[in-house]
Amino acid sequence: MLRFKAAIFTLLLLLLFCLSAAAQTAEELSDTAALEEPVYEIPRLAQVTNFEAKDSPDDAGGEIELTWDLSVDDKKEDGLVSKYVVLRSQNPTSDFHIVGVANHRDSSYIDKNLKEGTDYYYKIVTFPKYQGEVRLTREEIDPLMEQYPELTELDIKDVSMLAEYDRDIMSVFDDNILGISRVAGPVKSRAQWFNSKDLDTLIIGLTICISVVIFIGMARGGRKLFLRRIGGLQAIENAIGRATEMGKSILFIPGIQDMDDVQTVAGITILGRIAKTIAEYDTKINMPVSRSIVMTTARETIKEAYLSAGRPDAYSDDMVHYITDEQFGYVAAVDGIMVREKPATCFYLGAFFAESLIMAETGNSIGAIQIAGTAMPAQLPFFVAACDYTLIGEELFAASAYLSGEPKQLGSLKGQDVGKFIAMVFIIIGAVFATLAALTGSEDILEITNMIKSWFSA
Amino acid sequence: MWRRTVPIMITFIVGTVLVVAEFIPHKPFGNLGEDFSLYFDIIAVFAFILGGGNLCRVHFSKVYRKKTDWQFSIVTLLGFFVMLAAGLFKIGNPEGIQGDVTAAGSLFADLYDSMFTPLQGTMYALLAFFVASASYRAFRAKNIDASILLIAAFVILLGRTPAPSLIADFFAGAGITFMATAFNFVPTLTDWIMDVPNLAGQRAILIGIALGVISMALRLILGVERTYLGSDSK
Repeated sequence: MLRFKAAIFTLLLLLLFCLSAAAQTAEELSDTAALEEPVYEIPRLAQVTNFEAKDSPDDAGGEIELTWDLSVDDKKEDGLVSKYVVLRSQNPTSDFHIVGVANHRDSSYIDKNLKEGTDYYYKIVTFPKYQGEVRLTREEIDPLMEQYPELTELDIKDVSMLAEYDRDIMSVFDDNILGISRVAGPVKSRAQWFNSKDLDTLIIGLTICISVVIFIGMARGGRKLFLRRIGGLQAIENAIGRATEMGKSILFIPGIQDMDDVQTVAGITILGRIAKTIAEYDTKINMPVSRSIVMTTARETIKEAYLSAGRPDAYSDDMVHYITDEQFGYVAAVDGIMVREKPATCFYLGAFFAESLIMAETGNSIGAIQIAGTAMPAQLPFFVAACDYTLIGEELFAASAYLSGEPKQLGSLKGQDVGKFIAMVFIIIGAVFATLAALTGSEDILEITNMIKSWFSA
Repeated sequence: MWRRTVPIMITFIVGTVLVVAEFIPHKPFGNLGEDFSLYFDIIAVFAFILGGGNLCRVHFSKVYRKKTDWQFSIVTLLGFFVMLAAGLFKIGNPEGIQGDVTAAGSLFADLYDSMFTPLQGTMYALLAFFVASASYRAFRAKNIDASILLIAAFVILLGRTPAPSLIADFFAGAGITFMATAFNFVPTLTDWIMDVPNLAGQRAILIGIALGVISMALRLILGVERTYLGSDSK
């Protein structure tokens, strides 16, 4: 009996052991299943709406403009959206791949470097804020950055996370759940023959050009045109005369920019007039330059001026000499020339930067008569403070025409005045409308004000 | 005749095409501006040889003829050739002859950092003294215009420093509230002067410059302005 009881007890123990082992195995299996669950919790973001793809207007082709209304989740104060990922394909149903990223709260993207005339389809993925670690290594990121030069490293990391979503989950769920927009397209990129954004510039430019041409024609026809007196230009002959009387040289500085700067061109055109007078007065000119092409151009200009003055023998290539392209190296050399040679007259006509005051003050300290002209608004106060005469902005460009005294050239200056008149009229109209908009709060008047503003802004 | 006609024709064609290209994004017009800019850069690079050659010729001549201050020319030539050799032969460059000319440790980089940059800074620093001397002359109250300029300059000078708030605190502490209010208003007045009268003046100048550039460009394109060719005669 005792043996029977012991056998039953042993059987019960075995049964208990088996049950506990089974339970433990089930628990372990359950834990394993839990570990295999996806690491990422995908916020169910609302997709963007009104998603449209169209050819970029006013471009040279190869660009498509995408626009959309923000996802509802992006409009919230602390939205869940981190960015919008742009997918592109040449097939409406498959082969979509990532081509770029737009920041959250952005509602447009321009896809560039496309083949003209090819049909493209687009989708936008509303991408969630990601809190986890990015698993890409440097070796993995670098090739991706080469593949997508338009993306930053951060974008690459984010996009790689999206790719992970794509692999694991996107194929399982419906697109709508993951905030993927509808497909937009097909759309082709095409180059345009006219940039409609520049229509206002074209109209204003044409008006001024036509008025310049009309006034040149009128002046050629013998009509007398009134031009206001420009003190700085009238002083040029006196300044050259002073140098002649003192037996000293004249220093001419054409700025520190190259011949592709219109101010340097303006300086050289004035140089032509000045050099002719210098040749007639038999005075010396010294022209240190900071650009090689300016040197060759200035030499030709002075040579021809001496020729037209009947003094080709007095010309020497040494009148124009190169110093250096470096801004302050050039200033140091020019200051040295001023202090050593003490020219009687200094001309500064061209594009200047920080060196303007250093040169003008040195010229002032040696007692030279100084005439400056530039279209750099920041340097004008320095020249006004340190020089005897300053050609302000447009006067620099008008100087050569003014000095020539030719009717056809003076006509172009009168045409310029038409442009000023147009500017004045629109400034007054704009100011009146802006004031009315501020006083009345009317949206319509504000719209008119903004329209006028847009005509004259870049 | 050809010496003038050909450049005028080139100016007319290139000028007109570039102006028209500004409004046409389609190829080949869209990139013409950039392309021409690149062509200019290529020409400018070769023109460096002209500039360097001229520099050497002028200074060798000065030394050879022992002209006034010829010793300075030796320094110029020495500096020119040492830098040229250091850059051309990549002397001391840790990456060898194929390395970047400005690589750290190269003689070129050392000379640039230890000599050229401080010298450049020295020249730039002169501006501080020149601004003071120019301001002293410009702000003398000789007439009403100069007096207005002086007052505006004083207000801006004061408004750009922490002085107004310190002075306002002093007056507030002394119980003179109207003076404290006045000095607290100085930074606002400074911003107003910069944003309204100053900006309006600058914009007027910029409008004039834009019109002047259009007018001058037309004169050049139409061949009315020929001074850059050396003469205005036909």
